[in-house]
Amino acid sequence: MTLNRRTFLGTAGVLAAGLSAPMVLAQGKPRVVVVGGGAGGATAARYIAKDSKGEIEVTLIEPSRTYYTCFFSNLYLGGFQELSDIAHSYGTLAAKYGINVVHDWAVGVDRDSKTVSLAGGGSIPYDKLILSPGIDFVDGAVEGWDVIAQNKMPHAYKAGSQTELLKAQVLAMPEGGTFAMVAPPNPFRCPPGPYERVSMVAHVLKANNPTAKIIIADPKAKFSKMSLFQEGWADHYEGMIDWIGEDFGGGNVSVNPDAMTVTIDGEETKVDVCNVIPAMKAGRIAEMAGVTDGNWAPVNAADMSSKADPDIYVLGDASQQGDMPKSGFSANSQAKVCANAVRGALTGSKIFPAKFSNTCWSLIDTDDGVKVGATYEATPEKIAKVDGFISQTGEDSDLRKATYQESLGWYAGITSDMFG
Amino acid sequence: MRWRGATGVIFAASILATAAAATEDLGDAAAGKLVFAQCEGCHQVGAGAENRIGPHLNGVFGRRAAGLEEFNYSKSLIRAGTSGLEWHADTLSAYIENPRAFASGTRMSFRGLENAEDRANVIAYLRVFSDNPQDIPEADPTAKGTDHSVNPEILAIQGDPEYGEYLSSECTTCHQIEGGDDGIPSIVYWPDQDFVVAMHAYKDKQRPHPVMQMIAGRLSNDEIAALAAYFNNPQ
Repeated sequence: MTLNRRTFLGTAGVLAAGLSAPMVLAQGKPRVVVVGGGAGGATAARYIAKDSKGEIEVTLIEPSRTYYTCFFSNLYLGGFQELSDIAHSYGTLAAKYGINVVHDWAVGVDRDSKTVSLAGGGSIPYDKLILSPGIDFVDGAVEGWDVIAQNKMPHAYKAGSQTELLKAQVLAMPEGGTFAMVAPPNPFRCPPGPYERVSMVAHVLKANNPTAKIIIADPKAKFSKMSLFQEGWADHYEGMIDWIGEDFGGGNVSVNPDAMTVTIDGEETKVDVCNVIPAMKAGRIAEMAGVTDGNWAPVNAADMSSKADPDIYVLGDASQQGDMPKSGFSANSQAKVCANAVRGALTGSKIFPAKFSNTCWSLIDTDDGVKVGATYEATPEKIAKVDGFISQTGEDSDLRKATYQESLGWYAGITSDMFG
Repeated sequence: MRWRGATGVIFAASILATAAAATEDLGDAAAGKLVFAQCEGCHQVGAGAENRIGPHLNGVFGRRAAGLEEFNYSKSLIRAGTSGLEWHADTLSAYIENPRAFASGTRMSFRGLENAEDRANVIAYLRVFSDNPQDIPEADPTAKGTDHSVNPEILAIQGDPEYGEYLSSECTTCHQIEGGDDGIPSIVYWPDQDFVVAMHAYKDKQRPHPVMQMIAGRLSNDEIAALAAYFNNPQ
């Protein structure tokens, strides 16, 4: 087998990036601004600050002073984690790594003058801008639902007060009541997330309210870890969960938050809790920066740079990169590739080839954990999946317990990788 | 019967030839569309595809052989499916190279695609119509990973700690650099040689653990040495 043209060009591109002279700067240290302090942004900020050893000035713009990880927020719903367990602050990034943490909203990007403007006034100049804004919801995605209705019908797909609200609503359900979920269309944050959430709600109901029912209206014909979840639901929550997929009209849904009704394929049902997870798009700042095409921001696989602007990088859920699922693990993995490339471009440090990986753990019931993972590499077109694995149905309980415990270890690992 | 293993060896051998090669596509999907013209008499694929003389090929990747309930397969393929044959890039390639040799008794009356490039291209084309790994992470790969040959002098390789530090960022998503140990073991301050031996045991699938087998599986000998050098004394 010989190198084909594409492979050759791909390799040459990486080499050229590695050899090109660092950016020549007229004044002072090079400046990196990171928007969004989640798994992508916090990791990128920390790695650039840590590895450049003071050569690069890093500013992190994140409105929340306390950040609640979306990953493991389902475990809070299930009673396996306290809310405080998934809360993190940015003090270490500022104190130990010298990152300028700005708690404000980024409300605009001027790509000509290379500045980011803030809701609180003022603007911050950058040489390289990293956008990791997560997701926002597509307007009008679920008929009858909008952000004003999110108190009656929470999405709980950005962790924090919404997650607390949903948990309180589940606990307040009347005996034998109905929990409905409107599941999102592809692509969306955390592919197994809605189904892990249903498992966690079922776990709570089984203990407190065993005659309650769960209905999922889903616009998709299948979902990640489907056979594992369906096996687990039959084993642990028999008869409680009714999944209505595409074939049975699960995509034909409207809601009425005032009447607390859900209409699925023409059939109206009165429900007690309704978790609406609408279709998603890149966090709004990506669109304001003009780096989106449709709902997401296309990026180059080798370094996560925007296809619209070589000085802007987009990480995590907001990016359109190819085969990686939108997950915290993916964002963290992409952030390290990006940090290495940004540092190389600004200081001339070595740029190593991109390697990406992802693993998603899900909890079905106490000590019944499952996982799916894959490795990815950069091709000229996209981040492509090259290998992977998934938990098997029928695994013994010791393995499932070990998988769950491993997920606790991963949580400790990734959060210290993000926040120091 | 381990169908995947048997054909997997052929792929591994062909990838070894380009030890330092970058990631490769499964094939050229656009060229594969032209190759697929030979199949279209019997098989449909894409929006609205239905079973005709042959089954439709939407979602074929990851499907068990003879896996569509509504299609009337030969006994031969049903038997293959029951004994564990699944359709992936490697098994599909072996099948379409010479259908009768692969599954004697198949009703697919096609002499086969002798040309490996044609096979790779048509497989890349068909891959477009199966699950997208972005949405279903467990869906089949869409490219062939970089593979690395085994070097008999592995333990003698002096690792580059700077490269190791970069590579380590993949490890620290789960393993804490401070050495914490809750559910996932500490990997810092190991003697270099122990680290290298352990990583190769995962790479060769002698130590069981799917995540570690996957991560180690794509590390070259130099990369494992670099990681050992870095984790031996991380700064």
